[in-house]
Amino acid sequence: MFSKYKVSGKYKAVAIGGSAGSFQGINKILAELPKDFPLPVFMCLHRLKHVRSGFTEALSIKSSKPVIEPYDKETIRRGQIYLAPANYHMSIELGNSIALSTEEMENNSRPAIDYTFETAAYVFRDKLVGILLSGANKDGAYGMMRIKQKGGLTIVQDPEESTINAMPNAALAQTKVDMILKVDEIIEFLLELDKASKMAQL
Amino acid sequence: MSTELDIEITDIRRLTDLIKDKYGYDFKDYAMSSFRRRIKRVIDLYKFKTVDKLIQVLDTTPSFFEEFISEITVNVTEMFRDPTFWKVLKEQIIPNIILNHDRISIWHAGCSSGEEVLSMVIVLHEMGFLDKAKIIATDIDTAIINRAKTASVSLKNMELNNRNYIAAFGSEGGAALNLKKYFRDIGQECVFEKSLLQNVTYRKHDLVQGAVFSKFDLVLCRNVMIYFNQTLQNEVLTKLHESMFKYGYLAIGSKESLIWCDIASKFIVVNNEEKIYKKIKD
Repeated sequence: MFSKYKVSGKYKAVAIGGSAGSFQGINKILAELPKDFPLPVFMCLHRLKHVRSGFTEALSIKSSKPVIEPYDKETIRRGQIYLAPANYHMSIELGNSIALSTEEMENNSRPAIDYTFETAAYVFRDKLVGILLSGANKDGAYGMMRIKQKGGLTIVQDPEESTINAMPNAALAQTKVDMILKVDEIIEFLLELDKASKMAQL
Repeated sequence: MSTELDIEITDIRRLTDLIKDKYGYDFKDYAMSSFRRRIKRVIDLYKFKTVDKLIQVLDTTPSFFEEFISEITVNVTEMFRDPTFWKVLKEQIIPNIILNHDRISIWHAGCSSGEEVLSMVIVLHEMGFLDKAKIIATDIDTAIINRAKTASVSLKNMELNNRNYIAAFGSEGGAALNLKKYFRDIGQECVFEKSLLQNVTYRKHDLVQGAVFSKFDLVLCRNVMIYFNQTLQNEVLTKLHESMFKYGYLAIGSKESLIWCDIASKFIVVNNEEKIYKKIKD
């Protein structure tokens, strides 16, 4: 089998962060993700703090599978796509669940990407793939560093392609990320990850 | 988050054991991610560098403990958080309680700096029911209770608070709504009229270790139990249940759920969107 990215089958979860200018890329990724993609996907996207509804619906229109905003302490299910709810930080808990928090904003954001990435890295260690897309501030840079430190795989959207490249650049400045990819390549990567994970689970 | 300090579960266990032994508070069943991050925050804030240093300071400096509690607990709040919740409260829940009891007793469990309490008394005042209300507001953090007692809110948060207030009740018509009529600006603080708090008692209380102390028509415990693991959530919910009259109401945060709690069958959902429940069984 042709493998461009040599993806290992060890990964247990994917975390995706994005902000200004990432909506289109996210939509494209979700549309191309196989319906039976076997890993949970945790998405933290900067969003209007006080608009509670509508965002999951907007993301679900084109997505190959439904996007849900988890409840606090909801059990993580394989293949489920989770979106951090408005005005809450979303973290990964030990014991296979998701927790929410109303703690202080980080990088002017709640939900903050750093929060989701850092806690996901803590729990999944080297079995996490972190993907950071276009955005206007430095949120996610610390989180990417933590994912890398724990042995996870880090991918940043190519700043050349990013509508707003502050976020990818901040991550690149702080961490030697594993891959810099365009959205179409991120999709190729995820398709390989899909195959590798399914093989590993056989 | 500035340092790259790794806090392991064993570190947290040593810390919670010391606190339990020395101060009697039990943080063992706090949710791991947020608790670990709060610990790290304290270590960064005081430049302790290691968990061991924090443990040592807590062990040798009892006066530090209250400060520690203040920093560990999450005191981020806003007035009229989730405006649609307040609309439902005003249009359905409060009228229903008054209709049946002619009085209303309310417990704000985990009241933090008092923004939710101020929101409540303003709603009651506008409904003409403030005199019929008895409100107890509790928190684990003494410093934040003292802050809440001053009935003041930082000016920089007032734009958001006002926006929430308008989102909740702006559609009721009449003059444009503004919280301004309820407070005076003193420097960077907005000090609310003291008469609003006439029927409010602020009290220190730990939901984890504290006993059931009264019964209420309405209990608000919104975005408090998210800092507990499921074991502790179950225990605290049992206490909240005991603290409610039969057919009383419980409000939790918009992304909290009773579904997986042992005690869920003793409640029915009144409003799923706003997470308002009614106790139907003792």
